[in-house]
Amino acid sequence: MLLQEAASPLAGTVARWMWALPLLPLLGFVLNGALAILSAYHAGSSDPGAHPHDLHRSPEESHEAHAGHDITAGGAHGDDHHVVVRHRFAGLTSLIGPGVLVLAFGLAVAIFLAMQSAGGDLRTPFVQRYYEWMPVGDLRIDAAFQLDQLSMVMILVVTGVGMLIHLFSVGYMRDDPGYPRYFAYLNLFVAFMLVLVMGANYPVMFVGWEGVGLCSYLLIGFWFLDKANADAGKKAFIMNRIGDFGFLVAMFILYANLGTLEIESIRAQAGALAPGLVTWICLFFFLGCTGKSAQIPLYTWLPDAMAGPTPVSALIHAATMVTAGVYLIARSNFLFALSPVAGLTVVVVGALTAIFAASIGLKQWDIKKVLAYSTVSQLGYMFVGVGAGAYVSGVFHLVTHAFFKALLFLGSGSVIFAMHRAYHATHRDEDSQDMRNMGGLSRYMPWTFLLMLAATLAIAGIFPFAGFFSKDEILGAVFLRARGSTLADAHWLGIPGNIVLYACYALGLAAAFMTAVYMMRMLLYTFLGPNRTGERERESLGEAPWIMTGPLLILGVLSVAGGWLNLPESIKIGRIGLLDRWLEPVVGESTLRITHGSAPEANPTLEYSLIGAALVIAVAGIIVAWTILKPARLLPKREARPEEGFERVLANKYYVDEIYDEAVVEPTVGVSRSLLWHGIDQGLIDGLLVSGVGGRRGLARFVGWLGSRLQSGQVGTYAWVLVVGVLLVLGAFTIR
Amino acid sequence: MLAEALFFSAVLFTIGVAGVLTRRNAIIVFMCVELMLNAVNLTFVAFSQVYGVGGQVFVFFVMTVAAAEAAVGLAIIIALFRHRQTVNLQNINLLKG
Repeated sequence: MLLQEAASPLAGTVARWMWALPLLPLLGFVLNGALAILSAYHAGSSDPGAHPHDLHRSPEESHEAHAGHDITAGGAHGDDHHVVVRHRFAGLTSLIGPGVLVLAFGLAVAIFLAMQSAGGDLRTPFVQRYYEWMPVGDLRIDAAFQLDQLSMVMILVVTGVGMLIHLFSVGYMRDDPGYPRYFAYLNLFVAFMLVLVMGANYPVMFVGWEGVGLCSYLLIGFWFLDKANADAGKKAFIMNRIGDFGFLVAMFILYANLGTLEIESIRAQAGALAPGLVTWICLFFFLGCTGKSAQIPLYTWLPDAMAGPTPVSALIHAATMVTAGVYLIARSNFLFALSPVAGLTVVVVGALTAIFAASIGLKQWDIKKVLAYSTVSQLGYMFVGVGAGAYVSGVFHLVTHAFFKALLFLGSGSVIFAMHRAYHATHRDEDSQDMRNMGGLSRYMPWTFLLMLAATLAIAGIFPFAGFFSKDEILGAVFLRARGSTLADAHWLGIPGNIVLYACYALGLAAAFMTAVYMMRMLLYTFLGPNRTGERERESLGEAPWIMTGPLLILGVLSVAGGWLNLPESIKIGRIGLLDRWLEPVVGESTLRITHGSAPEANPTLEYSLIGAALVIAVAGIIVAWTILKPARLLPKREARPEEGFERVLANKYYVDEIYDEAVVEPTVGVSRSLLWHGIDQGLIDGLLVSGVGGRRGLARFVGWLGSRLQSGQVGTYAWVLVVGVLLVLGAFTIR
Repeated sequence: MLAEALFFSAVLFTIGVAGVLTRRNAIIVFMCVELMLNAVNLTFVAFSQVYGVGGQVFVFFVMTVAAAEAAVGLAIIIALFRHRQTVNLQNINLLKG
């Protein structure tokens, strides 16, 4: 199966099985998909269209049941009060779905150990070529995977966190009629994500990039009977397409100027590109990132993507897929290091997104919406990191964020699961995701509360939780870059780069403050204060089964200890800068280029004051939230009054969706309807050309009539035409 | 010798073409097609005198195909006659626009 394998310290090791990494989840997809299709022919229950509950209900009634759930039909099921019919292949699916991920994770760990023993010898990626995928003229694109320290980090995150979320899903989704279909999509997602991080050239990466987009679409619209869910899926898909256009254009420019799309060849030749050109390439790549990683201006799909099942939100829309943009920039570091302007653009967009999304998160009531905006905001941080050329910090935050955000989402899944079960027990049709209906849950689910508390402290940036180290590193890197780097020397839209970086540092601090506030708010309203679920429902509230709490515990440990992956020099509580050294072969050169060839100066006073500032801000956020917010005064959603003033603007997300609707969607639909449909399609094509206007034949019909006259049915005529034709052709050749 | 043979086969071929184009009886048209095939065979044989045996080999192919074609063609004509009681090509014009 192998075309060729480069000589590398990894050549003879377990790393030669790396092609099995994406193939294992793909196998899971095939098997689970087969189970889903198989049962559709027999029982028909895997298709929500044949939902048993719809059979004994009139359409109006079931429509009302759906209308009660705003965007997401809460909890583990598409709708309330249905007869629980477990899928007939649920047991088998529970084995295959998480099983392939466990295998893939085991293989990933084995490869990681092999890489570690290869150690410093591994300066260039280990590339495996499987076959020539697109040999077109001078362009040769191979189906090839590469393995280096950066992709290894991503592989471990994707398979590791992915495995935990798969296990959680066993508990969360088991009673869903579409259980095998769910796992088929989830497996397929992991397969594509691994293709994305392992691709040895941009087109292979793009296949993974599009593939994860497809799976995201399929899983957002998993409960597609509700139109809102299907629409959310479409929105995600279309907004991602806008970004993908950028990715494609960047590839075109690269090919037109370098004639190759291999990442390693581009790395070798990047210096030959004109500076202006590099900026354009980077900006187009970044457009792709804003789509996939939900940055301004293409972020609005991510909050809507919460319509999917909660484990999907944890895996795809928090931990892995949305970080693909950060990975793309870290992967293309040799290009971004050449263009300070593009780097500054990334930093500015990241910082603006971080604070913008964080401010929206302050006034959301849906627990998953809070987390969604928090994700957008944290992704902004990552972009600030990689944009400023602190690739390690960006990737570090990506990893720690994968831990604590997956934990937060799964924890919220646990909460929603409990809420849903409680409302289910009493047949009440309330929103099980609205925090106004929760409160005081720590008494009923203490484990989930403790874990969520750890994750909240981690994301808020409290020492010594994971988020503290990664966020501090990003902010510190921006500050140091402002004091001396290629970025600080450059100008961005006429503004000196160091001022831009200082401003972004301030924005980052402000966003960190808001992060602490909205996360504390979520914790207060959900777990503390009096319970607002309802008298009778309270009895049914309780902890989720161990298959759901178990993965939460592991993620909890990682959220607490994740910071040890990359300790700063100033805090010596373990081995320092593990990730720094691990990623050095991939990003070291680019980082040095940005910092003028010198490591950032180790100035203890400055470092401690930066760390102190970040910590003070985070603690201040928590204290402010604790003193200002009074969970006791909250009313359940049903009785709550709408917000007023600026609070309403925040609750309505700055009306960005409405603005996009007016500015883009409505004009597009309007032009399509009046000009393209009524004008061109109905008027020109159907009318003038085909059917004709005012009793006269249309052009198409006339031509057709003319042609039919030639078909006389006389064989003799045909023979004449043939002979005359042959004579003409022969004559043309002889006379010429 | 080659020139005479080629001239003769050209005459034969032209007679065949003329027959196909002018005659109405399907059997006559069919015979004229055979005439054209044999004219081509003649050129093959003539050329093989100059260029080697390949042309003669080809003639056998043409004859085999012609035999098969004759079997199928005559069968079609008989089936046609059974249906329409005629083999006049002018009357057989069902397939038209």
